[in-house]
Amino acid sequence: MKPKVVFVLASFVALALYPLVAASFGIDLITKVMIFSIVALSLELLVGGTGLVCFGQAAFFGIGAYVAVLLSPQDGPASVAWLLPAAMLAAAGYAMAVGALSLRTRGVYFIMVTLAFAQMAYYVVHDTPLGGGTDGIYLMMKPVLGERIDLDRPIILYFFTLFALILVFGFLSLLLRSRFGRALAGIRVNEQRMRATGFETYPYKLAAFTISGAIAGLGGFLFAVKDGFVNPELMSWHFSGSVLIMVILGGIGHLRGALIGAFAFAFLQEVFQSEAIFGAFAKHWHLGLGLAIIASVATLPNGLVGLPAQIRDRLIGRSSRRAQAEGMRG
Amino acid sequence: MKRSAIEPSGVPGKAAESGPLLRGREITQRWGGLIAVNQVSLEIARGSVHAVIGTNGAGKSTLVNILSGELAPTSGRVELMGQDVTGWSQPRRARAGLGRSYQRNTIYSSFSVLENCRLAAQARMPKPWAWWQDAQGCTHSTAAAHEAAERAGLAEVLDSKAGLLSHGQKRQLEIAMCLATAPQVLLLDEPLAGMGAEETERMLALLVDLKARHGILLVEHDMDAVFRVADCITVMVNGSVIASGTPDFVRQSPEVQVAYLGEQDLEQI
Repeated sequence: MKPKVVFVLASFVALALYPLVAASFGIDLITKVMIFSIVALSLELLVGGTGLVCFGQAAFFGIGAYVAVLLSPQDGPASVAWLLPAAMLAAAGYAMAVGALSLRTRGVYFIMVTLAFAQMAYYVVHDTPLGGGTDGIYLMMKPVLGERIDLDRPIILYFFTLFALILVFGFLSLLLRSRFGRALAGIRVNEQRMRATGFETYPYKLAAFTISGAIAGLGGFLFAVKDGFVNPELMSWHFSGSVLIMVILGGIGHLRGALIGAFAFAFLQEVFQSEAIFGAFAKHWHLGLGLAIIASVATLPNGLVGLPAQIRDRLIGRSSRRAQAEGMRG
Repeated sequence: MKRSAIEPSGVPGKAAESGPLLRGREITQRWGGLIAVNQVSLEIARGSVHAVIGTNGAGKSTLVNILSGELAPTSGRVELMGQDVTGWSQPRRARAGLGRSYQRNTIYSSFSVLENCRLAAQARMPKPWAWWQDAQGCTHSTAAAHEAAERAGLAEVLDSKAGLLSHGQKRQLEIAMCLATAPQVLLLDEPLAGMGAEETERMLALLVDLKARHGILLVEHDMDAVFRVADCITVMVNGSVIASGTPDFVRQSPEVQVAYLGEQDLEQI
């Protein structure tokens, strides 16, 4: 078995065992990080899988969250069986509309157009009664699946999120290995060549964009259920930026990079927010986090995923230089 | 008899059997006041190499871009196997049997040679987007990829990373990727660029081999190579054709001699 497969399996086993040793704070935190991992995976499909740097992932995430809250009845819990698909479909629908227009642009224009569409969604919930304005909306009754799966219970939500994360990871792994996934990889490397070969690239990109939106919507649904509250900040460009940083931090072009990036980002955030470590400076945690991210991007060109190979190369380089020097002396 | 996985196929029109595979009629491309290609007509028949030569800026690459569908011409018409394809997109023309290679390498460096060819072959599959089907498990595209790589002389390096190949091998891979799409016509934009003598010989042998089954449009600066392999040569200067015919005809053409050597040099000769 390949080391990367072992790593992913071991990570999922560790996550499954974590509640045995964790307190409620830990369970809540890791649930949140797993949700971020799902959103980071959705962006990885675009950035690493297709070469599309989207700066509007927060919109799809937020739409999933808002739909989960807005469609939930006030007088009783909704069923996950319809509420989750509805949230994902709404996010996918918006992603398809945004993609249909933005994918006609390239490079920095694409980044800006996706950002503009996300800001549009942000202001719809921020400035209209629909989204409850800046106060947001509460989810009174958390959804259930049958009688046993009540997402109001943190431990149930934890395992439900873990299950969703595993499903998303497995689905994207298969997708990227498929004919469709190889075509996306070809588009990422050289779209002009793909067209010359006979691929109509636009529908492929639009499909990837829509799938990515649906997965981000899944993340939004889970986040709304976890917090029991949504507000416009879920759709802000800060969140889009954070997800992009997670993907870059972990290593673009690797699904496990998105997982590692989400966990590393959350870890760094927790560390720099800790008053026990940084005292009064913890108030300025954004500064510390930013510097740490700049340092990691500067020193890890392939992200955290590439760290083992980077260490190995450095060790091999050092030992070969030593052998060379000894050879010259000899 | 087993059918080749990359046997040229396509959607021939009525004229396909007897007429040229690819025909450009009075193609013009204007960029504002500049006429990059001016009323150029040419034909490419199966079993022949039609070379287009000219100095830099003559409009050769623009012409190839128009023929391949990457650019829409200002006026004129492109016919593929008797069918008017002027309004067709580049991918549609490619699926109909028009393969092209670029001046620059456009291979997928991080993929293996086999993967490069398999991805190209996938474009001609019935469902190239099948998200439920493992790309490596597709026997038809894998067979097409093997055959294309073999014909391009890359059978020994199938599993090598494309980025690690020599320059000559990368150019061969460009052609192998075209072949994997089972084209009728190959538009080759400077396939010999940057090659050493040995690599050039290998590429010329490949072109001669490919000629039997395809029609080839060759844009090339290496005149020795062009005159060795071409059956027909079109000479372009400032977007216009100044001569077109057999290599002997072009060699004797006073217009070509003036264009390449200049009137003063010609008088001295």
